[in-house]
Parts: sequence; C-alpha cells; structure tokens
Amino acid sequence: MIRWLAKRLLELILTFWGITLLSFIIIHLAPGEPLSPMADFNPKFTPEMRERLRAQYGLDKPLHVQYWNWLKGLASFDLGRSFAPDRRPVWEKIKERLPVTLLINALSMLIIFVVAIPLGVLSALKEGSLFDRITTVLVFIGYAMPGFWLALLLMLLFGIKWAILPISGIHSLMGYEELSFFGKVLDWAKHLVLPVFVSAFGGLAGLSRFMRSTMIEVLRQDFITTARAKGLPERVVIYKHALRNALLPVITILGLSVPGLVGGSVIFESIFSIPGVGQLMWQAVMARDYPVIMGNLVIVSILTLLGNLLADICYALADPRIRLGKN
Amino acid sequence: MFKNILRHPLGAVGLIVVGLLVLAAFLAPLIAPYNPYAIDVKHVLEAPSLAHPCGTDLLGRDVLSRLIYGARVSLEVGIIAVGISIVIGVLLGALAGYFGGLIDSLISRLIDIMLCFPTIFLILAVIAYLEPSIVNIMIVIGLTSWMGVARFVRAEFLSLKEREFVLAEKALGASASRIIFLHILPNALPPILVSATLGVGSAILIESALSFLGLGVQPPTPSWGNMLTEGKETLEIAWWLSVFPGLAILITVLAFNLLGEALQDLTDPRRRPR
Repeated sequence: MIRWLAKRLLELILTFWGITLLSFIIIHLAPGEPLSPMADFNPKFTPEMRERLRAQYGLDKPLHVQYWNWLKGLASFDLGRSFAPDRRPVWEKIKERLPVTLLINALSMLIIFVVAIPLGVLSALKEGSLFDRITTVLVFIGYAMPGFWLALLLMLLFGIKWAILPISGIHSLMGYEELSFFGKVLDWAKHLVLPVFVSAFGGLAGLSRFMRSTMIEVLRQDFITTARAKGLPERVVIYKHALRNALLPVITILGLSVPGLVGGSVIFESIFSIPGVGQLMWQAVMARDYPVIMGNLVIVSILTLLGNLLADICYALADPRIRLGKN
Repeated sequence: MFKNILRHPLGAVGLIVVGLLVLAAFLAPLIAPYNPYAIDVKHVLEAPSLAHPCGTDLLGRDVLSRLIYGARVSLEVGIIAVGISIVIGVLLGALAGYFGGLIDSLISRLIDIMLCFPTIFLILAVIAYLEPSIVNIMIVIGLTSWMGVARFVRAEFLSLKEREFVLAEKALGASASRIIFLHILPNALPPILVSATLGVGSAILIESALSFLGLGVQPPTPSWGNMLTEGKETLEIAWWLSVFPGLAILITVLAFNLLGEALQDLTDPRRRPR
C-alpha cells in the first residue's frame, strides 16, 4: 500500500506542477497584458507609469523567470494583489471565502452520498420495476436540468410564492447579531437549504445512475451465483457480497465529481448571493481582476487535487488488494 | 441505424425532438410569430395569452419568438463546440494510443491535468481575457471538453493496434496516418458518435450557464441563458420569463441525452436491452 500511495503521490506532484504551468501559460498567452485594463480606462496612465508598474509586477523579466517567481510566491501563498480598488492580497480574499464554499460542497457531497447510493442499489435490485423506471426518468431529468434554472424555480416557489425560505445571502442581515447560538445556526441552515439542494441535484442523478449500473454488473458475476448456490440468505448475498464490491468504484467517482461540484459553486453562489469563492471568481471575471482570477483558478484546482488524493487514500484503505500490498 | 433508433422508444422521442429543434432553428424567420428584436412599449411584461403564447419581456418583445431564435444560438454553440472537442480528442487520443511511449505519457498527463481544473473556473478564466461572444464561447467550450473523447479513443487504439488487420497493414508498409485514419478510427466511430451526441447536451448547458452569468452570448442576441438573466430580475412579477427559457434548455438537453443513450444501446453490444 505504501508503494502504491507513493506512486500516486508522485503522479499528484507532477499533475500539480502541470496545473501551475498550464495556468501560467493561460495568463501569458492571452492577448494584451494584465495591466491593460488599468491602462485602458485611465487617461492619466502614461508610458512611464506603465513601465514602472511592469517592473513592479515583474512583467519586464523573461517568461521563465516570471514563472519561477510566481511559483515561489505560490509556495508562500503570495498570489499578488487584487486590481480592485482595495488592493488587498489575493490569498486573503480567497481565504476568507473558502470556508463557506467548502461547507456547502461538503454538505451536498454528504447528501449525494446518503441519497444516491440507496436509490441506485434499490433500482438495481428491482431492475425494470415501476420504482426503477421512475428513478430512471428522474435521473434523466436531473442530468438535463440546468442548475441555475432549478435555483430560479426554487426561489420562485419557496422564496416568493410560499415565502418560507430566504433566497439570498448566508445569514439574515437584520437582527442576526442578536440571535442566540442556536438561533444563528438555524438562520444559517435556513439560508443553506436551497443552495445545498441545487448544488447536490446534478451529482445525485449521476451517482445514483452509476451505483445502479455497477450493482447490476456485480450481481451478474459468478461469485454471486456461488454465494446463492451455497444457500446463503439473499440478504447476506446482497449486502455483504454484492454491495461491498459495488461500493468500491463509487469512491473514485466521488473523487472525480469534486471538480464539477466546485465548478457549480460559481453558479449557485452568484444566484443566491453567497460570499464564497465561486462568487469571488464571478465578480473577478466581471471586473477583469486578473490576479484574483488566476489565484482562484490555482487554489480551486489544488483543492480538487487534494479531493482526488483523499479519494485515493479511501480507495486504498477499502480495497484489500491494495491494502494488503498486492499491487 | 436510423430505423433502429425509431424502434428504440426513448431514442425515437429524442430524435424527433432534436429534429423539430433543428427545423425550428433553420426556419426561425418563417415560424417565429414576431421579430425577436422588435421592442413594443405598449405590451411590456404581458402574461402568456393567445397573441403571445409565452408572454412578453421587459421591452415588450415576444418571448416565443426569442425562444425560437435562441434555439439557433444553442444548437450552433452546442454542435460547433462539440466538433472542436471531437477533433482535438480524436487526434490526441489516436496519437497517444497508437504511438504509446513518451507521447502517450505526455498526452495522458495533459488529460489528468485538464480534468483537475473545475471546468467552469477554467472557462471563466479564459473568457476573462477574451471578449464574451458566440465564437469565443464555442472555442472555449471545445477547448475544455475534449478529455473524455481522448481517453476512450486512446483506449480503443491501444486495444486495436495489435490486432491482425492492423499488423497486416503495417507489414504491407502502410503509413501511420493511413492506418490511424483508415483502419483503426472507423472502429471507434460508434462511441465517438455517442459521446458527440451527449456532448452537445452538456455544451448547451455550459453555454446557457455562461450566458446567464452575463459572460456568454450578449444581449440583445437572444439566448436561453441570457433570457433567464432577465427572468431572475423579474422573478417576482413575471414567472413566464424564467419558466419558459429554462424549459427549452431542459427539453433540448434531455432530447440529446436520450438520443445519445439510444445510440449507445444500439451500438454497444454489452448494452443491448434484453
């Protein structure tokens, strides 16, 4: 297992290096240069000022030197300063917004896990039944549903028509400070219901479909026939022999679904006005705040990479073939 | 093939809906009841009625006509973006699978790296440097969605390149490009077709999300995504502005997905319905 993990870790480091290189290339292949948005809208921007700023941002150095400096900065979380009027360090801006995004993504991951797996397993066990057909239809709709439209519909129903849930922000603006601890938690929970649901919805469809097909595949295998032939009770065959094997690939899928989930943050955070990294990314793109855009891109992909690593470790622990060291 | 799809119940539904959409997009000027750009200040924000089956928007424009013209944008973006991603995916996948070795390691690594970027973040980062326009959206979506195709084309080439018919061609002195494009690639066409069909659906979803965020197709050009932006602003007074464009996206994507699934059932022997 140690050898397997070491190999994965090495691949991960290579991938990480590739992410930084590709991000850097994206910055520098772009037409114009990062300073032009400041220059284009500022009539007082003289050529001398441009040169001074170029030197200040290190843009006058050769590309490989710039890349190296940028990497060094990244190692100490120095991602430069925002172009926004506040000129705050990019990492500070991202750091204060990460917890909200991580919380929502973790919650929706949990919901996906808890709902999709039983749904997929039941569908597989009752293949072709009415229940299976209904879930299949729901899954197809789930695949095709634009997340932002689902959000709008939910806002229309729960926020406006029935007016039972708040539709914007992460906590109430009025009277939030006076609430007791539980009152605050409840207030947060109310605000989180719709965003978490929207965020989980797409993944729900994908994972339950995947769970269904893996379970069906496992149930057709010889060792299941053997287990049944031995006269084991059906319950044991299904939950001990089949389910355990069908759950293994789910771990990998959960790891692979991290980028999609995190990417969704941009959409639901801007719709529900949630102050997370997704909203920051959207605002930065609208304002052409390049240091924030690049910082966001790198940090989010590093998080994805860590998510994959976590999934790999879980996989290694769960799969006896790897845990016991037989490659 | 065509007949078989029509016999597949879900595939038939998908094919018919896609066909109707393509027809509507082509014939938009003929079938749209109004000019989609015509502002009519006397009929602002009217609820659906016989004259305006899907209501009118903030500027009094007919929503149904804008939806029909929106189909043009969505289909264009979906199909061209997928075309780009298929070309890149097939080329890189074929190179990696056929030549193996260093080329394969490099391309496989590139795929892993690309898969680590949350797609929306990557697209937004690139869009930030370009002007948001229909052409740029197509290119960016194409450039960020080729990895799946590359993966299975690579796998297909790995398994086919040692087969007798390929070895025989090699022995006869056929060039690498001849073997790749004339002998191996045709075998990989069915899964490519499936993935292209499913890809159109997801490209349309991405385009509409970008347009909704104000970073895709720009008004006044109607796209289902940017119509929903207006729908959000008027959510409390005009439900039809947020319901119909979303429904159009849902139905279109669903149709492409059903068609893709049907093609997969028909071409993949392991998935033949029993």
